[in-house]
Amino acid sequence: MSFNTSQLLQKKKKYILELWMKNQLADEGLREDLISNEELRSQSEELINSLVGNLSSENVADINSDEWNPVIEILGGIAITRARQGFSPRETGSFVFSLKDALIQVLQEENKNDAKVLFAESLKISRIMDNLSIVTFETFIKGREEVILRQTDEIAEISTPVIRVWDGILALPIIGTLDSARTQIVMENLLQEIVETGSSIAILDISGVPAVDSLVAQHLIKTVSATRLMGAECIISGIRPEIAQTVVHLGIDLSNIITKSTLASALAYAFKAMKLEVRKTSTVLKSNF
Amino acid sequence: MDKIPILRMGSFLLVTIQVDLYDRLALNLEADLVQMVQKTNARGVLIDISAVSIVDSFMGRIIGNIASMSKILDAETVVVGMQPAVAITLIELGLPLKGVHTALNMEKGMDLLKSMIDTPEEEANDQPLDDFVAE
Repeated sequence: MSFNTSQLLQKKKKYILELWMKNQLADEGLREDLISNEELRSQSEELINSLVGNLSSENVADINSDEWNPVIEILGGIAITRARQGFSPRETGSFVFSLKDALIQVLQEENKNDAKVLFAESLKISRIMDNLSIVTFETFIKGREEVILRQTDEIAEISTPVIRVWDGILALPIIGTLDSARTQIVMENLLQEIVETGSSIAILDISGVPAVDSLVAQHLIKTVSATRLMGAECIISGIRPEIAQTVVHLGIDLSNIITKSTLASALAYAFKAMKLEVRKTSTVLKSNF
Repeated sequence: MDKIPILRMGSFLLVTIQVDLYDRLALNLEADLVQMVQKTNARGVLIDISAVSIVDSFMGRIIGNIASMSKILDAETVVVGMQPAVAITLIELGLPLKGVHTALNMEKGMDLLKSMIDTPEEEANDQPLDDFVAE
């Protein structure tokens, strides 16, 4: 970038901002529900100041040079905020691209007579702005991924309750797919609860697990073995016919684990093992209504 | 040299491990315990590991060994009071301690041993109960 262009952009900062704002406001992808015009303006102004201030003839070709760091930082901040606010990728992208349009327009107006210079300078500006949009997208996607990760953590946390169904009997309904990380949480919660309540039987109900493959089965076996080591017994219940089919087809050996088809039959087994009896009383309880 | 005491209670032997086991100590315990089973003609061994918070594959193997050796000498082994972290570690190490009986605490372990030793003929009759006890 020639000294002149960098000076020129510096001088025309205000004008560029106006052009850019006009472009943004004219864009049909403008989201007034997510961001106010004043906020958009202050974001844009900050970015332009930083961009024009750090632009020089040396660093134009090298996006990795340290002088670009403040610009990238500001742009990254904007992209992350937009990802969290729920902007679409197109809307975030057009934020940067409309700046490019504004810059090129200024160059065009200034270098009307010299096509050669105009071409060379436009090319340079394009290159910088393309690099900046790549940075924007990278940060935008990173922001989205963070949101997903946080949600995954939350789901894992809320979906592993240990229920005390009877004195000495715990039930643990598992909803959703079992992966290694969740198995770890399930196992820790269950074992901790066994220690705290002194329960001797734990029922692992997998009615809410959509599919059991060899990995999930291995996780289940691990949990059962750990429970056994603690001195409690673990029953797996809620095995649907399809799951029984897949387990056998995959050749998974569950023969040394007590399995029941429903939570009710698991509970009945637990009662029997604890020498408890549930039976109908001969006299009907008289109530007042 | 540290030594883990082995207490005799009727026809059972009681071992409570109050310190973190290091390899040498565990090996000594294994030797002492087998000697003691033979000498006292014990029918059951109860090992309390509620104070053990660190376990490695060697320790897991020693516990398994003790159980197998006692079994040959006609004594059942029950390990009681295992910490959750220890249980998870053993499973992750691939040592599910097959052949070792477990119980939640000393009291339940004692009941389990009694039901295994004293009433063998009852076990044979009561099939579902037998399942439960053997687990």
